[in-house]
Amino acid sequence: MAEAHPVGFQWVMEAKRRGATVIHVDPRFTRTSAVADLHVPIRAGTDIAFLGGLIRYVLENDLWFDEYVRAYTNAPMIVREDFRDTEDLDGLFSGYDPETGSYDVHTWQYADADVEASAGFRDEQRAMAQEHERGEIAGSGGAPFTGTPTRDDTLEHPRCVFQLLRRHYARYTPEMVQQVCGIEPDTFLRVARALTDNSNRERTSAFCYAVGWTHHTVGVQYIRAASVLQGLLGNIGRPGGGILALRGHASIQGSTDIPTLYDLLPGYIPMPHAHREQDLASFVVNNAGEKGYWGHMDTYLVSLLKAWFGDAATRGNDFCFDHLPRLDGDHSSFPTVMAQARGEVPGYFVIGENPAVGTANSRQQRRGLANLEWLVVRDLNMIETATFWQDGPEIATGEMVTEDIGTEVFFLPAANHTEKDGTFTNTQRLLQWHHKAVEPPGDCRSDLWFYYELGKRLKARVASSTDPRDRPLQDLTWDYPVEVGPTGIAEPSADAVLREINGRHADGTPLSSYTEMRADGSTSGGCWIYTGVYADGVNQSARRRPGREQDLLAHEWGWAWPANRRVLYNRASADPDGKPWSERKKLVWWDGERWTGDDVPDFPATTAPGHVPESQTAGAASIAGNEPFVMQGDGRAWLYAPAGLLDGPMPAHYEPQESPVPNALYPAQGANPARQQFPSPENTYNPSGEHFPYVFTTFRVTEHHTAGGMSRWTPRLNELFPEMFLEVSPELAAERGLRNNDWGHVVTARSAIEGRIVVTDRATPLRVGDGNGGTRVIHQIGVPWHWGPNGLSTGDAANELLSVALDPNVHIMETKAATCDIRPGRRPRGPALVRYLADRRRAAGLEE
Amino acid sequence: MVPDADFRSYHDRPIIKPPVWKVPDVPAYLYLGGTAGVSASLAALADLTGRPGLRRSGRLVAAAGAVSSVAFLIHDLGRPERFLNMMRVLKPTSPLSVGSWILAPFGTATGLAAASELAGLLPGAGRAAGAAGAVLGPAMTTYTAVLLADTAVPGWHEAYRELPFVFAGSALASGGGAALLTGHGDGPPRRVAVAGAALELAASHRLESRIGMSAHAYRTGRAGRILRAARAATAAGVVAAVAGPAADALHRRRPRRRRLLDAVAGLLLNGGSAATRWGVFDAGMATAWDPAYTVVPQRERLRRREAEQEERHE
Amino acid sequence: MGSLSGPLDDPTRDAGYPADHPGRVGFFTDTSVCIGCKACEVACKEWNALPADGVSDRGAGGDVLGMAGMGYDNTGGLGGSTYRHVAFVEQRVPASRSAPTDLGMPSMDLPGATQSGEHRADATEVRWLMSSDVCKHCTHAACLDVCPTGSLIRTEHGTVLVQSDICNGCGYCIPACPYGVIDQRPGDGRAFKCTMCQDRLGAGMAPACATACPTESIRFGPLDELRAEADARLATLQSHGVTGARLYGRDPDDGVGGDGAFFLLLDEPEVYGLPPDPVVTTRDLPSMWRHAAAAALAVAATVGAAFVGVRR
Repeated sequence: MAEAHPVGFQWVMEAKRRGATVIHVDPRFTRTSAVADLHVPIRAGTDIAFLGGLIRYVLENDLWFDEYVRAYTNAPMIVREDFRDTEDLDGLFSGYDPETGSYDVHTWQYADADVEASAGFRDEQRAMAQEHERGEIAGSGGAPFTGTPTRDDTLEHPRCVFQLLRRHYARYTPEMVQQVCGIEPDTFLRVARALTDNSNRERTSAFCYAVGWTHHTVGVQYIRAASVLQGLLGNIGRPGGGILALRGHASIQGSTDIPTLYDLLPGYIPMPHAHREQDLASFVVNNAGEKGYWGHMDTYLVSLLKAWFGDAATRGNDFCFDHLPRLDGDHSSFPTVMAQARGEVPGYFVIGENPAVGTANSRQQRRGLANLEWLVVRDLNMIETATFWQDGPEIATGEMVTEDIGTEVFFLPAANHTEKDGTFTNTQRLLQWHHKAVEPPGDCRSDLWFYYELGKRLKARVASSTDPRDRPLQDLTWDYPVEVGPTGIAEPSADAVLREINGRHADGTPLSSYTEMRADGSTSGGCWIYTGVYADGVNQSARRRPGREQDLLAHEWGWAWPANRRVLYNRASADPDGKPWSERKKLVWWDGERWTGDDVPDFPATTAPGHVPESQTAGAASIAGNEPFVMQGDGRAWLYAPAGLLDGPMPAHYEPQESPVPNALYPAQGANPARQQFPSPENTYNPSGEHFPYVFTTFRVTEHHTAGGMSRWTPRLNELFPEMFLEVSPELAAERGLRNNDWGHVVTARSAIEGRIVVTDRATPLRVGDGNGGTRVIHQIGVPWHWGPNGLSTGDAANELLSVALDPNVHIMETKAATCDIRPGRRPRGPALVRYLADRRRAAGLEE
Repeated sequence: MVPDADFRSYHDRPIIKPPVWKVPDVPAYLYLGGTAGVSASLAALADLTGRPGLRRSGRLVAAAGAVSSVAFLIHDLGRPERFLNMMRVLKPTSPLSVGSWILAPFGTATGLAAASELAGLLPGAGRAAGAAGAVLGPAMTTYTAVLLADTAVPGWHEAYRELPFVFAGSALASGGGAALLTGHGDGPPRRVAVAGAALELAASHRLESRIGMSAHAYRTGRAGRILRAARAATAAGVVAAVAGPAADALHRRRPRRRRLLDAVAGLLLNGGSAATRWGVFDAGMATAWDPAYTVVPQRERLRRREAEQEERHE
Repeated sequence: MGSLSGPLDDPTRDAGYPADHPGRVGFFTDTSVCIGCKACEVACKEWNALPADGVSDRGAGGDVLGMAGMGYDNTGGLGGSTYRHVAFVEQRVPASRSAPTDLGMPSMDLPGATQSGEHRADATEVRWLMSSDVCKHCTHAACLDVCPTGSLIRTEHGTVLVQSDICNGCGYCIPACPYGVIDQRPGDGRAFKCTMCQDRLGAGMAPACATACPTESIRFGPLDELRAEADARLATLQSHGVTGARLYGRDPDDGVGGDGAFFLLLDEPEVYGLPPDPVVTTRDLPSMWRHAAAAALAVAATVGAAFVGVRR
């Protein structure tokens, strides 16, 4: 976190200054480890075993927050009789289909819930929809869910979630953690004690994670494991608790809230599928929850359609619901690129991303780029994605010839964040407005300018069309005011866009809360969760009152969705009766008439603690007074996910796609059985064994930004880290003859890349179980992924090394754990590299 | 690296910044200034005592030395065109400022004296200028020692007591040697040269035995080789300078002129003097580059101080 | 001429400013909270428009952008275009750095942590210290003392500043600095160092590095306040068992009369590339002049004596 989020890390240092214990669990000893109270080196890709060990420690030592767990989590819920755990099925959950490599998730549901009752058309759709969209709708709350499950508040029923958990994690002992993760029991227990001693009525603990947890074939389950642990410890909805997702870039949170994802509409509303005869009403029925705030999805969606299509959207035409594009399959990044390589995709926009070096198996990415008709690249610098056709690695090896590449590349220089107005949304859902400081130079333009101008031109082209497919463009409202700057650029007003996102009443006055949204077309709003950012006609995100001049949670610094709430589910900071768990950790409470406190209560303001709703299908009105998790269909934190996940209701440790050791917990399974794999000649997976004996993990340094598009052209950053490097332990250096600051290269079945060797005591060899009752040493190599051939500081790209294997829920690739070999010296160049790799693959038995 | 130096450092990098002064500019500047200073004094006394040859040679060497010394100094500046900024202020805390205020009038005086000598004009003014140069001459020989010593370079700073005498002796040897070289070495210059050489050798010995760890840099490496060569040249120069007169004295015969032998003596003494300056310069540079010379003595100093404090407490 | 060494309450006044000059400001760099992000290095170069100059044997300034072979430090040290430099010190230390601190919570009774991996000595663990170095703005500044042109001055804020329109690149300040701070900028010829953002100070702003530092490792303010803050921080750390913590450059009785920019270090100064007991070289200058004068007199006497009693 200190490496990649140094600005956010100031608060960790502040907490440390006030006495917090900081523990850093990471395969690498980083700048975070340097200032942590304890660094725990872990074998890359084994965090679920570690977290599972902590869950077991909590359960076996009676350390859970009992009242919280009983009242606020789904621990008492009883699961269907036909559910089978990994303990029963040799590492698989019930419902697995080896043919498709996927699960039928029905048996994971709660018993007696109404899900099965409303079968038929709806269920069929739900099953299909679940394949692609359910993982991500949870960006703004739990998966939609219906029915009233039975429960056993004594937590003794053998099929209640609590007992299932206990059984599922029974084998995750400290000794098993040592076998799998390479963490000694002493160290593990030290972490376990620090965490549990610091999680109770008086104290809370927080987890921070970044892509080290998500970039795995079991990435979603990593986060689930942390959620289970935090739920058991009562660390959610309370100050100082929670699980903080440190995003990979500035405003990545914003780009999922108002998504750049193919399967979501703004505010985590699913993108409709190409079902026949699905209208707005049936879409809502199939996708909205019945209880809690997802119960009002119709108001969010209609307001969105009104924002987009304005007066053209009427009740009579289903508010232009049919104008929305429809999904007909998995259009996530990797399948799209593979379709490009097959010649099935004519055009591609690449905006603020650099797949030619920044995406796993970048050679495969370039293959796709080379088979397009046209490619638009908008970036600050002339990145590799715009130049692969003239000087990419395949040109050097002779595998591609410039003359043969038909892709027409348009490079459009982009304005950076200091050259335009707008907002960043950070991990804590905080929108912060940034003001333009300087005019963009030359032809550089903001994204807003580009899309506005593109939209104007497209609309002009179809203005007189009678083709029904042009109707969405014709109906689109596209009338943003522009401000002409000193250099003559007519820049659309970002402020006006934010107003549109916030939403309006029919009379044009801004909405102040999404609860004001209506499904009758009388309100509009571009992203329901952002409603309130322009409350009272004031840009709330532009507020900059310093923290020391205002309340504890700094509500007047920027604006956090939803409703400027700083701690989600903060009803959980009070006990079921509405009283704070402790004076020290109070946040919101029931004052006898309403919810009040130091944060905006995340609860219907006047729903009393003892309130029992009359109906279970009335949205927010169905929330009982003691159900803090208002976005969840059952109002509870899920220790077990009866819906919404595709690879298991409880996290289980699976090895990475490429691992040097067998799965000690589930020997019959290696990697996640539900992961997505794409075997092909250019995406071969390393076999286990001597040919790729080491583990590597990709990482960042503070000095550079992601794939380097912003930093490799910046001299004052490049001098700080001028060259690609490879981080190894002295032990591995001795084993392979590597010398500090000399060249070395890393090899996988996909490619070989070179870098300067950094030999450091910070890299620790780990001793883990070898799967045969013995132990073995695992060497882990750190490979930063900032470099590429272009810019002032150049080097090989780490993503050349990686294969594509994905988490099934969110289609994220595994970049944080894979196997490799490392050798001294530079890699072969030109056609020799192709021969070298073929030899290595042949030796490993991957090629004839 | 100093053997057996038990110390820690940051990646073996120097703690102080080694001077950016260039070779041969700065060693040459040190050597020429010293030679010029003694030559100016010799010339003035020669003038007073009616030795026109020595006067002439001394005035010319002094002027040439001063002018080229200034040239080397200017050449070494990062911004030579701003040389005159040296004359903006007179700062007693800055040996270079003080030195500039010695060098500038010295150069002017010796220049005038030499011009008078060459042109044969205004002998009175020439004598006055020569006298001025003679007064400044001794200062010319030693201010450069302060210039080096007033730095954080351990090999120079720790030698601040001895370095002026090394430079003084070295200057006397080279100034006297210059007269020998030009054939005017009989009498006072020969005595000056021999006395200077003796002073140089004695002061150098004292320096190396007194400055602690930094002495290592004076004995080893390139600086050690240069300084050994310097001592050998100086000693040989002394032998050459006194061999003739000694032989004459031994044989109780009238002193003979030995132009060639004197020239060899003068060359050796000047070579020795120049090498001494270069060696001192180099030794200092070595102590600047190696952090051990900074850390170990300072650690030792701290240890002593702490021990003293403890004693006082007891 | 001001005093050359020893404690000095007000170097600004000593330099001749009127008594109503602004108070002395400085930096307190608390390395115990430094995360090595180098934001100070970058912010400094951005604000002061300094070039990226890479690394050389003498610190920064090689004009070659390449890995220095020093782990995460690729700028080497301070230099003519590098006024802030973050050092990275990797160490193996006895496994006790994570001594449990009193958190006002139930005792944790932590067993000693040891690194995994059989190749390592069991009782050691890795420590990675980071520290942002900068010009110390000494109370008795050797660079200022020895500057022959008056280019280096004491400012009204008590800091030491190079006036680059005066500097003629004589280079004397460079070896004079006991900390190895100031250096020549290759290609320019003049000497440069931290200005404490003199231009920002004049406008009532904090220096760029302190403004950019995310963890408040670099603190800027009135020197007396910083000293009090540092004393308190040291006491806190020591009470938490951080026995290696020490203040460096804080003491007005030290060899430079105390630094305007001082540090809280977690190990001995030389580990960070700092001299353990720096002394302003001009402390000995009067003695140097005396020795030089004696030697000059010896020269005069020798020359004079040589003329005595010699036949012509």
